[in-house]
Formats: sequence, C-alpha cells, structure tokens
Amino acid sequence: MANRRSLVQRCLTPMTVLPRSTMVVVGVVMWVLFFLIWVGLSNGGVVPPMFLPTPTAVLHTGWELLQNGTLPMHIWASARVVLTGFILSSLLAIPLGLLMGTFPVVQAMLEPIVNFIRYLPVTAFVPLFILWIGIGEEQRVAVILFGTFFQQLIMFSDVARQVPRDLLNAAYTLGATRASVTWQVLAPASLPGVLDALRVTMGWAWTYLVVAELVAASSGLGYISLKAMRGFQVDVIFLAIAIIGALGLVTDQAFRFLRLKVAGWAQ
Amino acid sequence: MHLSPSSSRVSAPAAAAPKLRVEGVSLHYPDGKGGHVVALDDVSFDVPEKQFAVLVGPSGCGKSSLLYLAAGLNDVTSGEILLDGKPVHGPGPDRGMVFQGYTLFPWLNVRENIAFGLKRKGIPAAERREIVDHYLDEVGLSKFADSYSRHLSGGMKQRVAIARALANDPQVLLMDEPFGALDSQTRLQMQKLLLRVWEKSHKTVLFVTHDIDEAILLGDRVLVMSARPGRIARELTVPIAHPRSMDQVMEPEFIALKRQILDLLHPTQDTEQDAE
Repeated sequence: MANRRSLVQRCLTPMTVLPRSTMVVVGVVMWVLFFLIWVGLSNGGVVPPMFLPTPTAVLHTGWELLQNGTLPMHIWASARVVLTGFILSSLLAIPLGLLMGTFPVVQAMLEPIVNFIRYLPVTAFVPLFILWIGIGEEQRVAVILFGTFFQQLIMFSDVARQVPRDLLNAAYTLGATRASVTWQVLAPASLPGVLDALRVTMGWAWTYLVVAELVAASSGLGYISLKAMRGFQVDVIFLAIAIIGALGLVTDQAFRFLRLKVAGWAQ
Repeated sequence: MHLSPSSSRVSAPAAAAPKLRVEGVSLHYPDGKGGHVVALDDVSFDVPEKQFAVLVGPSGCGKSSLLYLAAGLNDVTSGEILLDGKPVHGPGPDRGMVFQGYTLFPWLNVRENIAFGLKRKGIPAAERREIVDHYLDEVGLSKFADSYSRHLSGGMKQRVAIARALANDPQVLLMDEPFGALDSQTRLQMQKLLLRVWEKSHKTVLFVTHDIDEAILLGDRVLVMSARPGRIARELTVPIAHPRSMDQVMEPEFIALKRQILDLLHPTQDTEQDAE
C-alpha cells in the first residue's frame, strides 16, 4: 500500500482514471452544493423572493400546474413542435448530408450555399417566417427546421467523409457493387456518427424552440416563461427552465441508449 | 525484363501462362504545383499461376500503388493490367486483397465478415457456413466466430482479413504489407500461418512488403523495386524448397539472397546494415 497514491493525489493528477464511485460521489456533491446555495440565497432572504423563488415554491407551483393540466399541455405543445421540426430536418439532412460526404459532385453543388446559410443566425429569419407563415405552430417548426437542417447537413457529410476508404475498397475486392457498397458499407459505417450528430443537434433544436416561443406563441414552455415574467411569477420561469433541462436530459439519454443498442459495435 | 540470376528454379512452374500480367504500367499524379509526380514508370512483369510473387522496395517506390492498380481500385496513367489475358477494368472478386490497415467491417462479427463476399456471390446459406467454418479453422479462429472486431487483436484482425479474402476464392490474392502494423512476434506467427495456408492452396499471390526477410521467406520470386520513379530493378527467384520454416533464415542461400537484395536497395550503403 505504501507506493499507492492517495485519492487526493490521484484527483490532482492530469489525465488520470478515477474509480466510478468517486466520479458519482463528486457529481452528487455538486448538485447538493447547488441546492444548498439556492436554499441559502432564497430561504435565507439574501435575494428577495420576487427575483429568486425558494426550491419549495417552485415545486409547489409545479405540482399545482401539473394538477390543473396546464403544465402537461404546455410541455406537449413544446415537445410536439420540437419533435416535428427535428424529425423533418433529420429526414431531409441524413440522406442529403451522407450523399454530400460520399459524392464530391453533390458536395460541390451544396457546400457553397450551405456554408453561407449556416452562419446566418436563425433568429434573423424569425420576422421573415412570421411574415410568410404567421404565428402558428408551423412558424415555430420552420424556425427549428431552418436552425438545425444546415448544421446537420455539414455534420452528416463529415460523418460519411470519415468512413475509411479501405473499408469500401475491401468491399469492392470482395465483389460488392457500387450500390451494395453504399448500402452495406457506407450506411452501417456512418450509423454511429449519425446518431452522435443527432444527439448534439437535438440540444440545438430545443434552443431554437425557446427562441421561437419567446417571440410568437400562445402555448409552450417558452411562452409560459414570457407570460410569467410579465406577471412577476419568477417561480414559473424557474419551473419552465428546469423542465426544459430535464427534457433535454431525457432525450440525450434516449439517444445514448439508442446508440448503444443499434451501434454497440462502435465504442 | 531481367533474367533470374539464380539457376535453380524450385517451386515456380516453368513457362506457365501468366495469371497476372503487368504491362508497361505508369502512374502519374498531380503534385499540386501544376506538374505531376511519376509514381510508377513503365513497370512490366508477369505472375504465373500458383506463384507467390513478392514486390519489395523502399517506402515511396510505388509498390502499394501498383497493388491498388492491379486490384482495379485506381486507374493506370498508361499501360495495362491483364488477368488471364483479359484487361482488368475496376475492382472485382477475382482479385482479392488484404490491406495494410484493418478493414474488417466492425458491425459484422468474424463469421459475417468472412461470409461478406460469399453472400454477394449468392452462395446458399448452408454452403456459405461450410466455407466459413473451413477458413475459420484454417486461420485458427473457430472460437472467435461470433466476436466483433473491437474484441480482436491486430494479428487476429489480419487473420480474419486473410480468411475473408481466401473464402471468396479469388484468382489472384493481392496482399499490401498485411503484417506491417503488427509487432515482430505476431508478424512471425502470421508469416508461419500464411506459409502453411499457401503451401496447401497454392494461390497465385502478389505480396508487397519492405521487409526483406519476409519477402524471401514467403516468396517464390522477389521483384525488387527502385524508388522515384518506381521501376522493377531486378527479378530474383528464391531457391528454397517448400515446405519452408523459420529456421531457413539462417541458411546460406537465404543470406546470400538477402545480401543481393540489400545491395540492390542500398547500392552505396554498407550491406551489413539492415534495410529497415
């Protein structure tokens, strides 16, 4: 035991591996600390309740809105918009992006335009979308679609481009045709990267949703936040933020699980 | 074409029709400054049926490029590559290849990897299974039939790659420094395994390496290449009978041939130095 480093020493060593239990404990301690500071600031009266609600007040409001059905309605409204926009965008971007990364001719066609558009902030288009589509759900779907599609296109094309060349060559020398190389090699080889890109862009889709709901909406988590601000209901704003965070965490874990299930061969 | 300086032809069948013929092949590619680099310059040689031919040369001599051309994975700038007298256009299952890097399909297990080409050929499942089992046994991986490539060592991956190429029963097997990335112990084991497999099947093989010992140990014939532009400097017949073993690297014929190749590769250098 004499030559073993102490836990403190190990924690301070760069690029070291720590036991799983230590990692979990440190993570939990941080959450506890976070809540303690929150309780200290709110219950301790350091910050007036008008600006910072107590954790119990947020929970209480959450319970109330859950029981009268308002909260599920707004969560569903947000989730519906985010999923519609995200799924539409992914359905278009996956084939097009993979084609772009596979066929230089498609890349030459799309890349100049895509690289121009993807640096435009989607918020700049919100007024245009309102003018064109109105302030209904379609407008919010359009914001998410527009915000994620061009980013996804570039990410998926990178995924396809990173498939090792010799993997395709090996398939050719085993008698694969160009079509079977595309479906039997390129597609499965791209799958883990595609799932990783979906996981990242799902987070962005949530961001655009809130932007869209803050500007023009009559339901959704972004909308109730904005309404709560006008009525000084700071507890509702906190609730909306916490729920968006939790939903993001759930979708993230769902993608991790999916990645493990359908592409467990790639670690 | 140079005549073989060695008079005792042991394993190469005399005057057999060439299985693979490389005829006046040149390969140029742009150098990015408006000109071009000559990777291969008017390379010609034949590989007779059932011969194990080895291309050896310094890095950058174009020996791997030549193999990719033979596989049809790249286009020649001029010249022709013929298989059984017919020019090759593009890749095909008649020219199997084992690559330097690991090219197992990681989403398929070992069995499915070996069956990949058989499936493309439309061979029925029962027969496929039989062939795969045979080659799994040949490379000693029967116990790993259901493993995925991330659980295999480098040597095991290359054994699967060899089994996968052989299971497809190609006319010619092209091997591009297949053991180059392996540690020396594993490399020795792989050379032994390949010798054993080849002595049973007598496939026509074109093997690329920069390791002179490997070239002599495995080859019936060694084609020594020079670099920039890549050319065949000399063809040498290996006067060592099969079956071969690792002990033969100590024998006088082996050492004499090694010295001769070293002289060709490093004409001005001290030949006592190892080529690597």
